[in-house]
Amino acid sequence: MMTDNTLKNPFNDPPGTVVTGKWHKNRYRLLKRLGAGANGAVYLAESAAGPVALKVGVSTAQVASESSVLKTISKARGQSLGPSFLEADDWERGREIIPFYVMEYIDGPDLLSFVTGKGFSWAAVLVIQLLSDLQHLHEQGWIFGDLKPENLLVGTPGNRIRCIDPGGMTKIGRSVKEFTEFFDRGYWGLGSRKAEPSYDLFSVAMVMINLAYPNRFLKKQANGFPQLMAAVRQHAGLCKFEAVLRKALGGGYRTAFEMRQDMLMLLTSHREKKKAKTTHRPEKSKLGQSRAKRRRFRKFKKFMAAMMIILMISVLYWYYTYGQISIPF
Amino acid sequence: MNAGILKQILLITDGCSNQGGDPAAAAALAREAGITINVIGVMERDIIDEKGAAEIQNIAMSGGGVSQIVYTKQLSQTVQMVTRKAMTQTIQGIVNKELKHILGSNGSIEALPPEKRGDVLEVVDELGETVDLDILVLVDTSASMKPKLETVKEALLDLSLSLNARMGNNQFSVFIFPGKRKETEKLLDWTPKLESLAAIFPKLQTGGITPTGPAIHEAIRHFDRKRKLRGYHTHDDGQYFEESI
Repeated sequence: MMTDNTLKNPFNDPPGTVVTGKWHKNRYRLLKRLGAGANGAVYLAESAAGPVALKVGVSTAQVASESSVLKTISKARGQSLGPSFLEADDWERGREIIPFYVMEYIDGPDLLSFVTGKGFSWAAVLVIQLLSDLQHLHEQGWIFGDLKPENLLVGTPGNRIRCIDPGGMTKIGRSVKEFTEFFDRGYWGLGSRKAEPSYDLFSVAMVMINLAYPNRFLKKQANGFPQLMAAVRQHAGLCKFEAVLRKALGGGYRTAFEMRQDMLMLLTSHREKKKAKTTHRPEKSKLGQSRAKRRRFRKFKKFMAAMMIILMISVLYWYYTYGQISIPF
Repeated sequence: MNAGILKQILLITDGCSNQGGDPAAAAALAREAGITINVIGVMERDIIDEKGAAEIQNIAMSGGGVSQIVYTKQLSQTVQMVTRKAMTQTIQGIVNKELKHILGSNGSIEALPPEKRGDVLEVVDELGETVDLDILVLVDTSASMKPKLETVKEALLDLSLSLNARMGNNQFSVFIFPGKRKETEKLLDWTPKLESLAAIFPKLQTGGITPTGPAIHEAIRHFDRKRKLRGYHTHDDGQYFEESI
């Protein structure tokens, strides 16, 4: 029956195999297997309209739900994070009926090898791109769910981040079904597995950490927060994003947009800092300020507010008494 | 559509039973009682005992559930995946039955054109999210399981985290076999939260025989007792009861 054997993958069709759809009769020639997991495999295939990605699956239900998610996402306007959906069909391989769907083929290296190859400075830019795509996705009522560098490609040309596996996408309000421990806030003891934007934003922070530490590490205690923050502080590229990562890991961001704004501000303010150093004129941004300074500024603001109130009241009183005196005249 | 309460037994073991009747027969009985049995075989690195693996698969097949053999460190994800999969499978069975009602004898998701499947799947998803779930966890505590118990505990806590993110209600109960004096021992009665396990689990004593069959029988009886209790107190839905026996 539905017993599963993790140790072998049932999809190992040689290049050149032709897949013909039972319902729509379209033909696809498999060129290369791009990846395989417990639920199926993805092939690069040749269709009448050019290269496509073709995903075969073990369960009809899984394939159907993935293709309906992709369909919903691709309907949205503008640049989509995921590949656009082409069609779903069944393939009669001998006596077996194998469900599959066809989507846009996205070419490019995966996020981790791209960043390790080109340098960590790419990490922040790509994450900022990712955050604006996530904002779109969240606005449509979905979260990505299983966010990790393996599921993200940097599309060539254009160096734009794209996702390739829609398997984890979940409607907001439901529970997350597919996740990878390192990127899951439940595993780190930092939140529930309810599908909400902050779940994705936690994963985004973990993606950044993973880009800095390509060898993922295991949690040392039930609450992983101190361990993660220590890792952030110890990495030269990561530590400047400490404030944003702290907030994302702690569930402090409600929207991807907020997190994106903070990332952008950090990047631009750091450039200002560098400029300031060369001209010897310290011009610090708000985020660069020390806590004591901010506290002093806040005290000053309170003092000013009190002064304003006193001033207003005395003006009014003066006007009142003056008015009273002036009435008899 | 109402799926009622889904009932599952989750059996976590590392090998062959060696006492009592055939566990597969017990599993078949559970299935008749409307309880699905899922089995997870926990293995050390590369040692996969063929006989044990066959038994694990056999129990799940007769119990209408899912089986999976994993290495200890993958346990957490597997436990939640297997539970989910079995849930969806059961719900799909129910939905397929409805489809047969509407479409005739070959009504199933597979018989529908791919464009129509999404709508049916939406119903399955919705049910999976909202249905109430009773899970009885049966943990093998024979001597060879000792080094794996810490991971089993983690995996069960993780399972409750996953399932409690759903909208439906969950009830968990945990039994171990062999028990201190009996073949099977109740560790935790029906409760919506598994957190209390963290305190009990490290103190567990392991050792002795592996009476898988009798343990499954005991699990079925425990489900039955719950049903009866529910019958007595149909009006107090939100409350949970201490076992009176």
